[in-house]
Amino acid sequence: MRRFSKWPWILLLCAAAAGCGGDEPKFNGIDVTGADWGRDFRLQDPDGRTRSLADFRGKYVMLFFGFTHCPDVCPTALTRAKEVKRLLGADGERLQVIFVTVDPERDTPVLLREYTAAFDPSFLGLRDDTDATKRTAAEFRAFYEKVPTGAGYAVNHSAFTYVFDPQGRLHLAMPHLQSAEPYAADLLVLMKRTS
Amino acid sequence: MKSLLLVLLLSLTALSATAQVQVKDPWVRATVPQQAATGAFMHLSSPADARLVSASSPVAGVVELHEVRMEKDVMKMRAVPGIDIPAGKGAELKPGGYHVMLMNLKSQMKEGEVVPITLVIEGKDKRRQTLEVKAKVKALTTTGQGETKKH
Ligand SMILES: [Cu+2]
Repeated sequence: MRRFSKWPWILLLCAAAAGCGGDEPKFNGIDVTGADWGRDFRLQDPDGRTRSLADFRGKYVMLFFGFTHCPDVCPTALTRAKEVKRLLGADGERLQVIFVTVDPERDTPVLLREYTAAFDPSFLGLRDDTDATKRTAAEFRAFYEKVPTGAGYAVNHSAFTYVFDPQGRLHLAMPHLQSAEPYAADLLVLMKRTS
Repeated sequence: MKSLLLVLLLSLTALSATAQVQVKDPWVRATVPQQAATGAFMHLSSPADARLVSASSPVAGVVELHEVRMEKDVMKMRAVPGIDIPAGKGAELKPGGYHVMLMNLKSQMKEGEVVPITLVIEGKDKRRQTLEVKAKVKALTTTGQGETKKH
């Protein structure tokens, strides 16, 4: 009796882990499916409308933090996102790239719009006041910090890209040092799993 | 007379040590209209140990030498007092490393334009010399990987 009752549990666990068969391809990024953080955001788009994850139902969302005063890591992340979209071919249309500024003082709505559009017209820049930006970063367990650099300041920040499924559920945190190919591969795996 | 010649010769070699700093593939990342800062990248080489100690440009109100590092997935950018150019080895200013930070930009950096940058190079003898660089503005989407192989 006891022996038999074990089975349903194992099956349930397998379904939850989605990997007991061993034929499920692994993610290159960090699998954070089911995390109790990174659940949502409420930020302003360049038109001043409040946006949250619910606005992007049906899209695979790739979100990351950055600032336009960044000559290096941020354009690299946006260029990679553009390349991921290209690598996905027709599936690239199901992608929504969101750039959240950690420097709302300097990144005005106009600047943010111009900046993201320079990479891809479909990319969206979001910003808000300092408090909302702090809350959002905390929700995503992201770190950022204003540091002086001589005459100006830089905003040091964690450089993960977060990937959501079309229901707005967080699945992946992708490290910055990965190239476009593993990003695209992970999105394809996620698309297979969640379609 | 002989010693005078020697002094002359010595000062000439000291001069050439800094004069021989060479710049390869200098480029500036393009900006969008209201963007106030960007980075300049290049390869510096020198037959003798030298050091890039400062830079200036008519397109920017403030120019600093910066380093970008990834520390446990956190992007960190900081100002550095100088960038060493070891003899024969050179210094690479590239995304994910050092750059010349152009701040308080006076105009938009448009792809294809040429930006003059003056580098101040210090030799081992602390003698300083300036080097004029003409950096080409490249697309905002330039990754900086394999840039020298393209042509
Ligand atoms: Cu910088």
